[in-house]
Amino acid sequence: MTPEVLAFMPLVLDGAILTIQLSLVSAALAVAFGALGAAARLGGGAMSSAVGAAYVGVVRAVPDLVLMLLVFFGGQLLVNAVAENVAFVDRFQIPKFAAGAFTFGLIFGSYMTETFRAAYLSIPKGQIEAAKSLGLGTRQWLRLVVWPQLVPLALPSFTNNYLVLMKTTALVSIIGLQDVTYTALQAGRTTREPFAFLVVAMLVYLAFTIVCDGGLRVLERRYRVARAA
Amino acid sequence: MNLDLVVEYLPRFVEGLGVTLWLVSTSLVAGFALSVPLALARIYELPVASQLSQAYSYVIRGTPLLVQVYLLYFGVAQFEAVRNSWAWVVLEDPVTCLIAGFALNTAAYIAEILRGAVRAVPEGEIEAARAFGMSEAQVARRIVLPNAWRRSIPPLSNEAIFLTHASVIASVLAVTDILGVGRELNGTYYVVLEGFLTAAAFYAVIIGLLTVASGALERKYAAFLR
Repeated sequence: MTPEVLAFMPLVLDGAILTIQLSLVSAALAVAFGALGAAARLGGGAMSSAVGAAYVGVVRAVPDLVLMLLVFFGGQLLVNAVAENVAFVDRFQIPKFAAGAFTFGLIFGSYMTETFRAAYLSIPKGQIEAAKSLGLGTRQWLRLVVWPQLVPLALPSFTNNYLVLMKTTALVSIIGLQDVTYTALQAGRTTREPFAFLVVAMLVYLAFTIVCDGGLRVLERRYRVARAA
Repeated sequence: MNLDLVVEYLPRFVEGLGVTLWLVSTSLVAGFALSVPLALARIYELPVASQLSQAYSYVIRGTPLLVQVYLLYFGVAQFEAVRNSWAWVVLEDPVTCLIAGFALNTAAYIAEILRGAVRAVPEGEIEAARAFGMSEAQVARRIVLPNAWRRSIPPLSNEAIFLTHASVIASVLAVTDILGVGRELNGTYYVVLEGFLTAAAFYAVIIGLLTVASGALERKYAAFLR
């Protein structure tokens, strides 16, 4: 590598850190949306179940980048409209990080909805009925009966969703957030060495995949052992 | 929202639809062709080839399609040797470069699907065929392929849907697929919902049709899996 390429590496690594932060915040939002979605679909009410199903359906039908552009540019329209009509709200730019995290949270929340729902449905009904007949309150049977089984059942699908989410965050480079994809592309343009920087970006994603894959597999094994014991 | 603008641009969106369908269908066909040797190398556990196929799969599936496309379009093009070779015919033009990128990507996923489908064929059926005195080639042709083919229909139609979603990356290389037309509206008139909501509706219709079609295929060919 030429010294010029090396000089730009810290910039690309800054981008890598931003990618990690974005994927973690997005995943936290996705878990929240997923929990809400699963609760809506499982909660029993026809209305809430239909809303949950519609949420999953819409997100599946529209490509991720289209949703992100709608959130980023459409969200700005909304902010402008509110700022114009409400006296105490000032106009502000929607931060790219927030637009990205919200979009990915929304998209992967729909996948998490299915993950949590499937995991919940594979817990034998009799256990929950038994817990209720023993007089446990809703919070108690959720915490004592459902939660300990939900985690190991949902973990493989959760891992998969997270790995896909991490790769999907590369799309924020398109709205100009300086993640590892963006910084690698820019450094490549500036130095006229795009190949080297894009390979570095690939390696960064690959390293994240290997680490997360390995880490979550260790977790899976631990939970499996705990279950067997 | 200015509906007149949407109506005025509808023919352009239909052109964009053509571009999207062309990108997705050609890269699926090319990707499938690439995936067969990748899958065979692993199914027959050929030394070296099997490991290479596995490594290819891991790298492709562990990195974003967007970066792969950038690497192909901006990265590889950096080298004089590439620009002077036959590959330049493909890589020079954004559309063919995208098709190559999508095909290289989807091939890794399709290879996993094919390998999984072959592995899922019940061992007993294969043993029974051998006991009848069929040769290995006959077992492959009469027992394994028909069964594995049917098993791979549901995940393959899923992959077609995923690739349709992923094809929106085309607009990043200034190719006017469906989203490309939406982004053009955004760039020209500074409007948001007109372009992006129309694009979203187009994609929703394609995905809806693909989902219905794959359901019908599944009922016809993969009913035994239910």
